[in-house]
Amino acid sequence: MRKNLNVIAAYSIMMGLIILVGIFQSWNIALSIFNLCLISAVMTMGANIQWGYAGLINFGIMGFTALGGLAAVLISVDPVQEAWSAGGFNILFSLFLIIAMVLAVRYILKNYKKSKNRTYIVAAIIILGIVIIRFISEPGIEAIEGVNPAKTGFLGGLGLPIIFSWVVGAFFAGGLAFVIGKVALGLRADYLAIATLLISEIVIAIIKHEDWLTRGVKNVIGLKRPAPYEVNLQQTDWFISLVEKFNSSKLNLITDLTERQATLNQLVIEGSSVFVKLCYSGLFLVVVIILLILTQKALYSPWGRMMRAIRDNEEAANAMGKNVVKQHLLIFVLGSAIVGIAGAMLVTQDGLFTPGSYRPLRYTFLIWVMVIIGGSGNNFGAILGGFVVWFLWIEAAPIGLYLVNLTTAGLDDTHFLKVHLIESVPYFRFLMMGVGLLVIMRYRPKGILPEKIEIK
Amino acid sequence: MDFVNAIILLLNYIFVPALAYGSQLALGAIFVTLIYGILRFANFATGDMMSFGTMFVILFTFYFQSVGISFGVLPTALLAIPFGIIFMVGYMLIVDKLVFKYYRINKSPPVQLAMVSIGVMFVTQAVVRIIIGPSDRRFFDGEKFLIKAGEFKEMTGLNEGLAIKSTQVITIIVTLILVSTLFWFLNKTKTGKSMRAYSDNEDLALLSGIDPKKIVMITWVIAGILATIGGALYGLDKSFKPFTYFNNMLPIFAAAIVGGIGNPFGAFLGGYVIAFSEILLTYAYRKFFMYVLPESMEPDGLIQLLSTDYKFAVSFSILVIVLLYRPLGIFKGKVL
Repeated sequence: MRKNLNVIAAYSIMMGLIILVGIFQSWNIALSIFNLCLISAVMTMGANIQWGYAGLINFGIMGFTALGGLAAVLISVDPVQEAWSAGGFNILFSLFLIIAMVLAVRYILKNYKKSKNRTYIVAAIIILGIVIIRFISEPGIEAIEGVNPAKTGFLGGLGLPIIFSWVVGAFFAGGLAFVIGKVALGLRADYLAIATLLISEIVIAIIKHEDWLTRGVKNVIGLKRPAPYEVNLQQTDWFISLVEKFNSSKLNLITDLTERQATLNQLVIEGSSVFVKLCYSGLFLVVVIILLILTQKALYSPWGRMMRAIRDNEEAANAMGKNVVKQHLLIFVLGSAIVGIAGAMLVTQDGLFTPGSYRPLRYTFLIWVMVIIGGSGNNFGAILGGFVVWFLWIEAAPIGLYLVNLTTAGLDDTHFLKVHLIESVPYFRFLMMGVGLLVIMRYRPKGILPEKIEIK
Repeated sequence: MDFVNAIILLLNYIFVPALAYGSQLALGAIFVTLIYGILRFANFATGDMMSFGTMFVILFTFYFQSVGISFGVLPTALLAIPFGIIFMVGYMLIVDKLVFKYYRINKSPPVQLAMVSIGVMFVTQAVVRIIIGPSDRRFFDGEKFLIKAGEFKEMTGLNEGLAIKSTQVITIIVTLILVSTLFWFLNKTKTGKSMRAYSDNEDLALLSGIDPKKIVMITWVIAGILATIGGALYGLDKSFKPFTYFNNMLPIFAAAIVGGIGNPFGAFLGGYVIAFSEILLTYAYRKFFMYVLPESMEPDGLIQLLSTDYKFAVSFSILVIVLLYRPLGIFKGKVL
């Protein structure tokens, strides 16, 4: 118990802060912060597995998040029959051609010795393949995007419950990570960082501009929910009576019947959105706890020890007969898959998929700040980092406003400096993140909750 | 005649814009490469440092405009650049002293320095946005075109016009002067040579009496000059927006790595490789083929290899291919 005291203290403070927001601002805000904290925690766990366990830098978190989000769309949206009949065949045939092309290239690379001719043949196959695929897919894509472009204009998905997409998102992200890992994991650490950053940009470019698959920047809205809708809740009897029970003391004070009804209605409306958020919190909490148990088990297993050995001294681990390349690939895939889950969860919570909103600052660098501040190599630390940083990210504007008002209290309200500073309050969050990261890296390089290896 | 028209078309839409864009990338790429070669880390604050320098150039330009100083037909910003550089170099030296120095002295691994540079990126971004705001700013004045499309048509009697913006010419000329001075400095002067020695083998350089403090300081000064000028030229040619500058970091990194990171000449060429391939692969060649081919064979599509949406993706794909086949870059990097 005692050695975990700082963990418990840190988490209690964090929870206390969120509850304070609930009391002073509103429970709605507190819960939406809490939900996004949970999603951030999943992301940081993914990044922490790669960086903390194995020392791999993955600056492509944004790409994996977006793929998870894409999975949510492809699983939950109902299929657009018209689009399938208009261009489905062309798309499927192109897909088949792509697979055939990859297999052909693989076959040649495997069965022929390295030579100039082989390179030319491979290049020829790829170029020819791309031309043919474009030739076949273009009319299909045009037909699909022509089907009711204001509402659909894409193939749609499978029409399954959105919760399945959390698993599928993991597979999507893991699959991409496998390909990237095969290509880039041999690179030096900083090269790997740059390469993953750029590859994630490519992924976003594809998601943004392949409208037949994702609707691109037109966004997909109104995704199915795993939680009830507020409007339906407000009309169900058990929910109304629940709200009545919770607020009975407050309601009993009001004697006038119509006024009482009006207050109750207001409370039901507020309560419904809190209830929906609580449903999400429950779902997310389950995911976080399952992942936490799994990652903790992995950390203290022989496999976890091997990963640390590889991280701390790759050559020695290699000499001991550990397959460094294979383990790196494995952990890269695992970590990215977890990030994919988080991406799907994020889209599930928002109920919409906006490819234009995926930006490296928010989805890659911020997650890294979380991992570093929280404590890399320690799952509790990484999760705490997700909570702390997201909390600050949201609450930075109010805090910034307070600070500006405090420092410029002597100035007139219309003074240009004060007006300018108040206008730029939203950017104080960047400042806070940057300074926080620099201070932590300098004075507590292992994070708030540093890695502790217990030998059992 | 059609053939000449086709050439002019390519010059107008591909060659001139790519040359200007490539020069801007090249300056940024040399900046990245210098930091990487001498201070030994990948600087993720590149884009934001460039926007920081540009911000001062813009502020001075506005000041000069308000007091009525102008540079004739040339943009006032050219006058403001030296002042921007002073502030930029000052900022960089302060950042180095407060942040990077500690890790350098402790011989931290490059990864840690890269992480620290992310912190610097956040802070710089915040400072830029707080001072000048996130919106789009144009600070170009003076003569806009060197040759206008219409004038060119009249002059030559061709169907295709060739428009050359003065900012494009300025960009190319300034880049050439700056880069050739830099190479002269690195290859001929004693300080430049000691910088190269330091980049090649730190321990040997220290043994032969090279002062590391001086080397690091000069590196930051040169980097500040490159970043400010590169950023200001980009802003003059297009416009200044902090978010765009942050995004420009990506093709700049691509250029630096394609050219062989740590190799300034490679970075210089890498900038053009990236710029040309971006524009060549996303240009719609329909009109070109209409001029070149006989009428019966005229194409009906746009003849565009990739849609312009994939502009960035092109440069990143090139980078991935280069990393796969020549991890050290086309011009083998590692030392200055």
